Amino acid sequence: MAAKIRTEKVSAWYGPKKAIEDITLDFEEQAVSAIIGPSGCGKSTLIRCLNRMHETIPKARVEGKVLLSGEDIYGLPAVTVRRRIGMVFQKANPFPTMSIYENVAAGLRLNGERNRDRLDTAVLESLKQAALWDEVKDSLEKSGASLSGGQQQRLCIARALAVRPEVLLMDEPCAALDPIATAKIEDLIFDLKKDYTVVIVTHNMQQAARVAETTAFMYLGHLIEVGPTRELFERPKETLTESYITGRFG
Amino acid sequence: MTFRFDRDTRRRWKDLAMNVAAFLCVVLALIPLGSLLFEASVRGLRSITPSFFTLTTANGGIGNAIQGTLILIALTAVIALPVGILTGIYLAEYGKNPVGAAVRFFVDVMTQIPSIVVGIFAFSLILELGAAGIVDKRLVFSTTTGVIALSTIMIPFVARTSEEALRLVPISTRESALALGIPRYRAILRVVLPSSSSAVITGALLGIARVGGETAPLLMTCLGSPFWWQGLDQPCESLPHTIYVFALGPDSALNQAAWGASLILVLMMLGIAIVSRVVIRLRSVSR
Amino acid sequence: MDKRYIAEDRFAIERRMHPFRRSPGVGRPVSPDTLGDPLFQWFSTAVALGVVGLLVLITVILSLAAQDSIRTFGLGFLTGNVWNPVPPLVFGAVPFVYGTLVTSALALLFGVPISLGIAIFLSELSPPWLRIPLTYVVELLAAVPSVVYGLWGIFVLGPVMRVSVEPVVQDIFGFLPIFQGNPIGTDKFTAGVILAIMIIPTISAVSREALLAVPDNQREAALSLGATRWETTRVAVLRYARAGIFGAIILGLGRAVGETMAVTMTIGNRNAISVSLFDQGQTIASWIANNFLNATDPLELSALIELGLVLMLMSLVINVFARLMLGRVLRRGEGAA
Repeated sequence: MAAKIRTEKVSAWYGPKKAIEDITLDFEEQAVSAIIGPSGCGKSTLIRCLNRMHETIPKARVEGKVLLSGEDIYGLPAVTVRRRIGMVFQKANPFPTMSIYENVAAGLRLNGERNRDRLDTAVLESLKQAALWDEVKDSLEKSGASLSGGQQQRLCIARALAVRPEVLLMDEPCAALDPIATAKIEDLIFDLKKDYTVVIVTHNMQQAARVAETTAFMYLGHLIEVGPTRELFERPKETLTESYITGRFG
Repeated sequence: MTFRFDRDTRRRWKDLAMNVAAFLCVVLALIPLGSLLFEASVRGLRSITPSFFTLTTANGGIGNAIQGTLILIALTAVIALPVGILTGIYLAEYGKNPVGAAVRFFVDVMTQIPSIVVGIFAFSLILELGAAGIVDKRLVFSTTTGVIALSTIMIPFVARTSEEALRLVPISTRESALALGIPRYRAILRVVLPSSSSAVITGALLGIARVGGETAPLLMTCLGSPFWWQGLDQPCESLPHTIYVFALGPDSALNQAAWGASLILVLMMLGIAIVSRVVIRLRSVSR
Repeated sequence: MDKRYIAEDRFAIERRMHPFRRSPGVGRPVSPDTLGDPLFQWFSTAVALGVVGLLVLITVILSLAAQDSIRTFGLGFLTGNVWNPVPPLVFGAVPFVYGTLVTSALALLFGVPISLGIAIFLSELSPPWLRIPLTYVVELLAAVPSVVYGLWGIFVLGPVMRVSVEPVVQDIFGFLPIFQGNPIGTDKFTAGVILAIMIIPTISAVSREALLAVPDNQREAALSLGATRWETTRVAVLRYARAGIFGAIILGLGRAVGETMAVTMTIGNRNAISVSLFDQGQTIASWIANNFLNATDPLELSALIELGLVLMLMSLVINVFARLMLGRVLRRGEGAA
């Protein structure tokens, strides 16, 4: 399969502090790739480099190349990159002043889309895709904050999907959710890969094992090992990986 | 029977005593407020008749003073709100650097300049511009000069309150907007600003209340006027100025009218303060 | 939003009409808006810098308008204690600086203990249901315009001071030079009391914030040692927040120094340096307010403007000092949070 996103020697800094170093990694098209590692290993930093969110932090800096279908995203306008590569965050963060409908439509609307038909269609499709439609179809005008935590997170996924991105980045999307809500999101991720390239950061190894085809293990800002998920978990090549997945540190 | 007045008992009594003392401080501070509101109501209500609102200050009414204050507030708000809110946006969104810190520091300092100094500034500004032949010298004592003074007071105030309002919006809201590929300025104007609108509105209202009650800077800019409002280039009466003049006036009818005018002014200011609280409440409940 | 558009039926039609997954790029607005961002950032930066420019303009204009006086009297303006508006023209700032310092000191003396009591009560001791309403009501003190305090000072507080308070104070402390003379109710003492009332909301609000910034683990540590609430407040909270409280007091001082109307209306406005608090006096602000429009000679006007410049510098120094104190607290508060 072809690599949808490819990082070439990506390093990133927060001020003087180097968070990740020389990461070269492929993310395959229409598949789920997971990045695992202990907290502070740089997995969130890496995923934020993939849609240029890293640079929104003051004094943050990136070096290296990130290729989206062969094109360096650091040569494109950031807003374009972020429309093609959507992102879902650790904590569900629907826009507090907007209704459910407006939340999903926000990405298109604020990018200048005014055609009502297209907005409606996008909202419908995205909510369906995010497996939220049946739960909210009668309360589209209610505030997004009125939903439960799991629903809010799926609303955020719908909001990201409405822009029709090619890639969906998920930064620990289930970290703040209970097991049932987590299971729903995991099912959803499994469905999404039919249409999207999904990259998920998680500290939950079982989650990576359940949803991802490929898994990368990071430690202290370095990429230690990457491979098909089953192989990585069953026959890790590196001892560091092995100690991590067997729970000797984390 | 003996009281065992041991250390712990003493400590508990001391605790109680300090609780009471702190509460008494609150009560003590509220006595002037209560007295002021009481006196303004009792003495002020006597002078409030329909003609009190329709006559000019020359004839014992305060109609032109209310008109002047409303005009001053409106013109000041038109200038100060956009400038102040934009400055607040700069400070909150683009100000996380040494330049921003310096701007914040100076804006802070500006909020603390005594209002009478701002009055002198507006007066001197027009005086110097007049001496240079740029504006008409008679403009020194005019509504325009008063608005310059009041805007100078209100802009830094609104800048700081709106900065603080914008900072209350969590970073995650900004990030999720940016991650949708929305340009940053639109994310600020359409997502972040609406999310903090109740706090921004509160700040604006408090700023309006603050300049609406100002007297000192008007003494040497708007002066006062016995007439209805006559234009931007003419002196203009205002409620605080009326209260000042009536309070120092020689006869008790004027003094009583000062209380009437105070009642109106206090009701306006307290009304704004209370409304702004309600705005916060309603907004936070509806979420 | 229109519900009619998002009915289930419409969706079914929509699905039949178009393939479900659109290829990326279709139906998206075309040109990325790359110009808006730098434009908006530039614009808001320019406006903010303009506001700072306003501060520079204030300083420049005041210096320009005061230059006659500055040239004529030089440093003598700051050391002179004569204000003579008829020839020979001599102007000195000392009596006004003195009046300002005395009334501000009185304001702090009365206002600080009460403000701290309020702040402690509201942040540490009050039952939760009382906290919010009381906070609002104390804040309302700040919403009353200065001129209304002045009116109240003339007709309510002044008579009370003359008849009840000042004679009693004189009976007890009359041996002190500061409480001698004939109490009249429009004097520095009354002005100090009015100022105290006016700075209470400032000091209590800012110190309450400083107290709230104290992390709870400090309180828990003291409570777990068996301390009562007051002991906890004294040992753990007040000590932790002392820099912030100090900053709050200095901020209150800044407010007292610049306050004009209420003081002008209650201090009596007599240009003299007298020791007794029961004598009439004047502050920088009250003197400007009273004489600005009566200045006959351009040099007197210039001297009054220089007086304003002195007042601005005084309050700037005070406030910069307060900000430095508060800045330290805030940073520490953030670190703890």
